[in-house]
Amino acid sequence: MTDDRKITTGMKLAEKYRDEIADILGRYPVKRSALIPLLYLAQRDEGFVSEAAMKEIAGLLRLTPPQVYETATFYTMLNLKPVGKFHLQVCKSLMCALAGSDTVVGWVKTKLGIGPGETTTDRLFTLSVVECLAACGTSPMMQVNEDYYERLTEERFDRILADLKRDGICQLKTGPFMWPEPVGEKRQ
Amino acid sequence: MPKHELILLKNMMQPGYTGSLQDYERAGGYQALRKVMGKVPPAEVTAMVMKSGLRGRGGAGFPTGVKWGFLPKGYQGPRYLCCNADESEPGTFKDRQLIERDPHQILEGIVLACYAIGAETAYIYIRGEFVLGARILEQAIAEARTAGYIGTHILGTEITANVWVHRGAGAYICGEETALLESLEGKRGLPRIKPPFPATHGLYNKPTVVNNIETLANLPHIIGRGPEWFASIGSPPKSTGTRVFCVSGHVKRPGNYEVPMGVTFRELIYEQAGGMRSDKPLKAFIPGGASAPFLTPTHLDVKLDFESVAAAGSMLGSGGVTVMEEGTDMVWAALRLMEFFYHESCGKCSPCREGSSWLVQTMRRIVAKRGQMEDLETLVHLCKNIEGRTVCAFGDAEVAPIMSTLKHWRPEYVALIQAAEAANLIKLEPAVVRH
Repeated sequence: MTDDRKITTGMKLAEKYRDEIADILGRYPVKRSALIPLLYLAQRDEGFVSEAAMKEIAGLLRLTPPQVYETATFYTMLNLKPVGKFHLQVCKSLMCALAGSDTVVGWVKTKLGIGPGETTTDRLFTLSVVECLAACGTSPMMQVNEDYYERLTEERFDRILADLKRDGICQLKTGPFMWPEPVGEKRQ
Repeated sequence: MPKHELILLKNMMQPGYTGSLQDYERAGGYQALRKVMGKVPPAEVTAMVMKSGLRGRGGAGFPTGVKWGFLPKGYQGPRYLCCNADESEPGTFKDRQLIERDPHQILEGIVLACYAIGAETAYIYIRGEFVLGARILEQAIAEARTAGYIGTHILGTEITANVWVHRGAGAYICGEETALLESLEGKRGLPRIKPPFPATHGLYNKPTVVNNIETLANLPHIIGRGPEWFASIGSPPKSTGTRVFCVSGHVKRPGNYEVPMGVTFRELIYEQAGGMRSDKPLKAFIPGGASAPFLTPTHLDVKLDFESVAAAGSMLGSGGVTVMEEGTDMVWAALRLMEFFYHESCGKCSPCREGSSWLVQTMRRIVAKRGQMEDLETLVHLCKNIEGRTVCAFGDAEVAPIMSTLKHWRPEYVALIQAAEAANLIKLEPAVVRH
């Protein structure tokens, strides 16, 4: 990461997100419950959960840093290391595998040159191979950051990569989920 | 027209239905809440749910009304409702659809449950990956709050029910109710030893009920149309109502299908889901999510209700039906599921933590055609030392794929090992090493 980013993120979460943090804390009678929501906030801010953020959160919740660390290390969605701008998470569980998810991992390898756990040199894409994301009826699928992309074919996969590179967004992402699709509604 | 009457998916099947408050109210939504709030005593609502025969849709199938009845009587102090939207059982994707397409149906169920059990706070624990679902729920809660269905003084009464969305962060085990509570408390999601049960010592050590999203979605219908009506649907007396079954794998039309409990797998797979995707016949299916033992074509006429599937040697579980066609390598399939369980074992109990690693290594060796006959005994030995020896049901679940494929398709394991022997590879030490 560049130094610029460090400067902007050097600002404490407590100053930067005062209202949001107050809102989160207001939801729980016990402060520690706000831990995962605050770790998400830190991840949104920096792209991953840094040690500095964990220390600050510990202070906010009156926990020790190891208490924060033990929780942060349990959950796969909290990245303790920086990931690329687009985090491709391809499901490899049996239901997706029956529909060819291993092929999708192969496309990532040939088209982006990265394997599981690797990031492209331009820091645009990171690949993770993950377990079931609850999209078994529309497999193979992958999640990219917050969005689901389902019923992947090579053509759709290419378009997703191209759109993400060019626009940072792709219209093939799934909206409110329903499958089979309701009458009169055709999904792309 | 669908062959069976839809209950949970009815609204969302209407053309143009968006799931907004307006759409939900127009379809008769929040009428059940209006019917009971401040008019019918909470104990009577619980009695209605008990009478309906509703059983938990998350996997264990425990009667919902009975669960509510375990809360201590006359307890002064906070109680909580936790809504399990962790939906992480491989093969299951119904809650996602119920949440994203008809969120108010769930919210009405939540407020009804809060009223019945006397909880003023409900947390919807939704799996972290469902970012869209969480956003839709937040928006629906805001709408319902403005309309007076959620918050303080619900519908002008003195009743309070606040609902919050809490996102998980990627851990299968957090679908287990006590692990969910730990996670909601900001800790690692490690299941608690039971007893004490959540009903007395749950969230923050307070009386708590944990119910699945689909379970809660049934409540407005039970209260609105009466428990007798609900109890007449499905396979009474023990499996009442409908279920949303998630069909995946080698079928023509995978997806969510709501059918009354008690229809056969044959109807679900061949009529609802359109049958096999190619001319290859069905070889195997998983009836209730990854934790349920595999079944064979001879079980196609088994009824989809709790007792019938249990009698066939498996379980109805979460309702995720995965279909595999002829030609699917069953040892490979079992390994894939085993890798899932190995990845997701929380690490609390040694038999599960160590055993899952050993099982994966032994299975990988067999699939790589480097196994030996003793490995089959090792597998069974390991499974028997995991099953029933862990704090939660994860241990029983993780042995299901291997034990059931060994039971039905043992020759496939043997063939792989014989291929290894024929290749005359160097004999490996039978002991497995962690790496």
